[in-house]
Amino acid sequence: MDLSLFVIQFLNGLQLGLLLFLVASGLTLVFGILDFVNLAHGALYMLGAFVCAWLTQVLGNFLLAVLLALPVTAVAGLLVERFIARPLYARDHLDHVLATFGLILVIDTLVHLVFGPEGIAVPLPDFLNGQIRLTETLVIPSFRLMIIGAGLAAAAGLYWMVTHTRLGMLIRAGASNRTMVSALGVDIERLFALVFALGAALAGLAGMLIAPITEASIGMGNNIIITAFVVIIVGGIGSMKGAFIAALMIGLIDTLGRSYLDDLFKLVMSQDAAETSAPAISAMLIYIIMAVVLALRPQGLFPPKAR
Amino acid sequence: MTRMTWITLTVMALLAVLPPVFFWTGNAFYLDLATRLTILAIAAVSLNLILGYGGLVSFGHAACLGLGAYAVGIPAHHWLYGGMDALATTNGFVQIGLAVAITALFALVTGAVCLRTRGVYFIMITMAFAQMVYYLIVSIEEYGGDDGLVIDTRSELPGFNLDDPLQLFALAYVSLVVVMLVVRTIVNSRFGMVLQGAKGNEERMVTLGFNVYLYRLVAYVISGAICGYAGALLGNFTTFISPEMMDWARSGELMFMVILGGAATTLGPVLGSAAFIVLEEFLGRLTIYWHLPFGLMLIGVVLFVRGGLMGLLRGGKE
Repeated sequence: MDLSLFVIQFLNGLQLGLLLFLVASGLTLVFGILDFVNLAHGALYMLGAFVCAWLTQVLGNFLLAVLLALPVTAVAGLLVERFIARPLYARDHLDHVLATFGLILVIDTLVHLVFGPEGIAVPLPDFLNGQIRLTETLVIPSFRLMIIGAGLAAAAGLYWMVTHTRLGMLIRAGASNRTMVSALGVDIERLFALVFALGAALAGLAGMLIAPITEASIGMGNNIIITAFVVIIVGGIGSMKGAFIAALMIGLIDTLGRSYLDDLFKLVMSQDAAETSAPAISAMLIYIIMAVVLALRPQGLFPPKAR
Repeated sequence: MTRMTWITLTVMALLAVLPPVFFWTGNAFYLDLATRLTILAIAAVSLNLILGYGGLVSFGHAACLGLGAYAVGIPAHHWLYGGMDALATTNGFVQIGLAVAITALFALVTGAVCLRTRGVYFIMITMAFAQMVYYLIVSIEEYGGDDGLVIDTRSELPGFNLDDPLQLFALAYVSLVVVMLVVRTIVNSRFGMVLQGAKGNEERMVTLGFNVYLYRLVAYVISGAICGYAGALLGNFTTFISPEMMDWARSGELMFMVILGGAATTLGPVLGSAAFIVLEEFLGRLTIYWHLPFGLMLIGVVLFVRGGLMGLLRGGKE
């Protein structure tokens, strides 16, 4: 096995895992605290990518565009919370799913109207566009390292916020008993809105980070949202720790499965059989893992303690 | 007869009469629209069994629709282009039988896992399993992968020529009526009572000694198999079968048809699919941005219209 290729694939898997964590953490935060299922979370991811791509073209500076696009997606989250989520908190999950399904159509079409049907490429500044040569054969694009760094930083920041700040304390309290928090005089509506905006900004950040690699395109959120669902199901819905571990797991398994499953299969079956079955199995791998996890632990690997 | 029975009979009579009249008066397009509507209505009726009566929010029903269509497409593909002789056929009984068997099996295996979970887990898992089938089909290049599968031949059934659009519609319509009656019979049987009882209060049914898990699994399999049958019809209708058919947006649309029409009613899913298809067609002609008003309408229906169209027809009673 080629070691440098493995290192590159490992880093790709890590990068996918961290992006998944950014999307899944918002999803799990909103569900854990607000008990709201937001299918349109992927649309916010797409919105982040488009706003950032457009700002990069206008301003000519990717980092500045990210800084400006973050509050934009947070505000979009606030609007969604105010006009769609809030009237539906008391309803069942089916209504959440249907309304946010409609919202996906609305956001997708609005983006189409404003930014046009084509995807927007995001040019990177020079210092991010280079490559880092680790060894003779091992070359890593520096932007991918930045994604990994940003993902880890966001995870650390979230962990610090949830465990060490007053806001985090309220979030944890709200997740385990929202009536009690409200009775203690906390403005629960504002807390909910804040959590929603935070989730939207996290999804938007993931979109902004991936845009320079894949470009911003309509419907990009609809693929990642399902994988993010798999992540939070495997991790345990509502659990931040579960989302982090499951996201890295799913990211690595998906990436490495696509590159190495055929080699693995060749050990136990014929060349032909391995080459035909490996792509099919690797496409289904994360779902098979999800099924196995659920069959053993229906609440996921790290279910939150009290609900 | 009650008012609802009259409404149901009227709607079904209109659905039987109008499309052929359109066809004979030179508007063949509307017959096609009606055939699509009728086939999707069968899928919606099957979803209503578990979603409406069973309270199981399955977000993966389009997978059964797609699998059913591929059960027609793959044998036809081999019949046309060779390979896999054992599978190559255009015999309608074999194709439709395959569609029903495969979707029943798929529903059995995934249902066994999904039904161990509740609430939002169930929604997401059914969705994820459907996406798994989607990616599986996309990864098989022999059957067109992303691009889908074009089959220039329809199922052969004795006494039917499905190349005749009128006969295809007739088959779809009769199937719809039969499926509605079957689901109605199931719902009113002891089995259906347990299913509905578990929707209202699962703990009570368990305490009464019913194996709720098993009842739900059986309903899930029946629903999947009916939807697979609808998929087989859809494959015959489009003669172009693509993974797009099982995209999760299609599952969302099927759910919407049920809710829009009125869940847990006999006619609701049919009304819902009719309203859905007609609106889609109408708005689609007005503007390429038709998803915007359509999406807003979906949100509006959830926020403000409880009980769907059937609720409105009942006049707010119940």
